[in-house]
Amino acid sequence: MKIAIPADGKNMESNVCVSFGRAPYFLIYDVETKKSIFINNSAAASTGGAGIKAAQIIVDSKANVLITPRLGENAADVIKSADIKIYKTIAGSVKDNIDAFTANKLSLLNEIHAGFHGREEN
Amino acid sequence: MKSMPGFMDEKKINMKIAVLSGKGGTGKTLVSVNLAAAAKASTYIDCDVEEPNGHLFFKPEGVQEENVTVKIPKADDKLCNACRKCVDFCNFNALAHVKDKLIVFEEVCHSCGGCILVCPEKALTEREKVIGKVQKGTSDQVSIYTGILKIGEASGVPIIKKLLDEKNPKTNKLTIIDCPPGSACIVMESIKDVDYCILVAEPTLFGVHNLNMVYELVTLLNKPFGVVLNKCLLEEKNPAEKFCIEKNIKIIERIPFDNELGTLNSNGEIAVHKNEKYRELFSSLLNTVTKEVWHETTINP
Ligand code: SF4
Ligand code: SF4
Repeated sequence: MKIAIPADGKNMESNVCVSFGRAPYFLIYDVETKKSIFINNSAAASTGGAGIKAAQIIVDSKANVLITPRLGENAADVIKSADIKIYKTIAGSVKDNIDAFTANKLSLLNEIHAGFHGREEN
Repeated sequence: MKSMPGFMDEKKINMKIAVLSGKGGTGKTLVSVNLAAAAKASTYIDCDVEEPNGHLFFKPEGVQEENVTVKIPKADDKLCNACRKCVDFCNFNALAHVKDKLIVFEEVCHSCGGCILVCPEKALTEREKVIGKVQKGTSDQVSIYTGILKIGEASGVPIIKKLLDEKNPKTNKLTIIDCPPGSACIVMESIKDVDYCILVAEPTLFGVHNLNMVYELVTLLNKPFGVVLNKCLLEEKNPAEKFCIEKNIKIIERIPFDNELGTLNSNGEIAVHKNEKYRELFSSLLNTVTKEVWHETTINP
């Protein structure tokens, strides 16, 4: 099983990024092999629809779980179409969040943020 | 020698005037509606498509509607080979490909048609989507055009195009364009072909900030313009006025802060129809603008 998390930096001590679509990196963590890779979020520089493009990157990474502080409506549509489960992050590093997830301490993300006037900003 | 023609000169009466402000609620609609009403025979075009209010004042009759549509792509999943060329192409990120299905985010799509061209499998075709409508009606001698954008749609630009290209009665009428607030591309589209811009500003610091936005836009587009200061109190300092003086911007009218005007306006009444002093105020503004336009056309024909 693979977990994706938006991250501010490229190591396990990095903070979770407050934005999904504009996050500089995504951590893709493989629970079985315990391997972590950080991929660049090429969507971060988009003028519009960053959330959609970022969600496509997550889908393509074959993640089964996304842990994120927030998620826009359009991005959520993409993530859900791929049957990826969405959990809400807790304060701390990406590692803290992986640990919390494996210890079953995270809750599902319920609030999906409506994009500003249909535009996806997250 | 060319002589200065009278007030009824055709070229001048035929002019297009845009009314702008940095944000809503500054009196933009008040100025637009009353100018159109003061001119008697005129065309009023409401380009504030997210919140068109002008019709609330004019209460037009004989209203006809027409839908405005844009073209968006539709995928045939049987033909699609999941190459993603369309997804990568789309600058607006309106497309995603998940589990052998192409998802089109209609509200994000800008109808550029590019994805359809790049698809090697011809799996994409166009379909029409309604994004809003235009209404056309009359009130006395004013023709009223209203653009209405559906909630959630990304861009009202196609509606503005329709409103302004609408083989508008090319009779010798004054056209007043009530612009969307702000200075985004939709405003540029609205003022593209106008002869003159009126910037409406409130006498506050926020008012200055909002005025600066539209001021930068009209100077960028090289449009002749003047400022109408709204809600002026004689004895109070007016930061918007100060800004105009500093920037050497022409103030073409001061609308006093006046409870009667406020009440008429909030009741959806057209002030020039209700009180002679407002008729005088807006007729004089119209006169000033007419002279300004005439002046412009003589120096920049
Ligand atoms: S028409 Fe243009 S904007 Fe719309 S999905 Fe296709 S490429 Fe994107
Ligand atoms: S370009 Fe055409 S074939 Fe390729 S993914 Fe898009 S719709 Fe499918």
